[in-house]
Amino acid sequence: MTPILECRDLSKSYDKGMRPALNHVNLKLQRGRIIGLLGPNGSGKTTLIKLANGLLSTKSGELLIDGKPVGIETRRIVSYLPERTYLNMGLTVMETIRFFKDFYEDFDEARAYEMLKSLHIDPGAKLKTLSKGTKEKVQLILVMSRNAQLYILDEPIGGVDPAARDYILNTIITNYNENATVLLSTHLIADVESVLDEVIFLRYGEVALHAPVDAIREENGKSVDALFREVFKC
Amino acid sequence: MGWIFEQNRPIYTQLLEQIQMRIVCGVYAPGERLPSVRELAQEAAVNPNTMQKALAELERTSLIYTQRTAGRFVTEDAALIRDCRRRLAMEKIEDFMKAMQELGYSREEILALMQQDQEMEERNEEVRV
Repeated sequence: MTPILECRDLSKSYDKGMRPALNHVNLKLQRGRIIGLLGPNGSGKTTLIKLANGLLSTKSGELLIDGKPVGIETRRIVSYLPERTYLNMGLTVMETIRFFKDFYEDFDEARAYEMLKSLHIDPGAKLKTLSKGTKEKVQLILVMSRNAQLYILDEPIGGVDPAARDYILNTIITNYNENATVLLSTHLIADVESVLDEVIFLRYGEVALHAPVDAIREENGKSVDALFREVFKC
Repeated sequence: MGWIFEQNRPIYTQLLEQIQMRIVCGVYAPGERLPSVRELAQEAAVNPNTMQKALAELERTSLIYTQRTAGRFVTEDAALIRDCRRRLAMEKIEDFMKAMQELGYSREEILALMQQDQEMEERNEEVRV
């Protein structure tokens, strides 16, 4: 089957003469997986994610989603949680949901309201009145309420409390369709390790490791979190 | 919050052990239908594929079996469960012996110590009565 995401010799530079943000990356992500995108700050995680969502353009190498170059067609099947919020803060949660429903054919309104209820978020509240963590929860709910084939989540749990973190991870393992893939970047490895199938370690824009979590534990006799701390020791 | 895992071993082996333990202890009774992969994955807070792998491995030991449409069930073979329980007990003893030997006790000393502990326990019991 066609990988849901594939990088072929993908490179990206922001500035000539500077070290490239991504350097000859080759990756194949299969369907039905939950994949952690890990790496220290500046390793290229967000660059890769932005390329996959068409926020940056590919000049060198290829990035394919479901076998196609990034474009309107691929955006239809990718649900993306950016690292920064882009929502209109003047709208209420309910209005934002209506907006998403108009915008995305695959948006499941009932699922969104169900998640809002579980997290005790008032649909009538204006976004600007919500705390930072609650805004992040709303944003994640919007992203996870789509029936996408690929979810790309840039730091989905960084800003929320541990209880909400558990709820979010639970949503990720139960709510997504079996053929969909979730690619999530995070620094909180220990928190997500048990829900991941596999991890990708990025270092200086290169893939340092791409392996199943249990294979890493088996081979190294340590957790992915411990291995990360060792590999990227400062 | 999910189940608790050790940091230094694969998650699927630990899932396998914990489910095995539940079967041996009767939490999942002989012949009982197991929760679905998704339900179990949610309860343990693990990846469904990892849970699937653990269950497939358990199936190879015949402790559980799949009925095509109805789901997964615990074996009704009581002898099989008893054997498994016994094997787990032997492993515990071995671990215990190893830990005691690290403390410098010989096999004989360990047995004597256990005997002593048992007698003390019984005496306390009598006092209470």
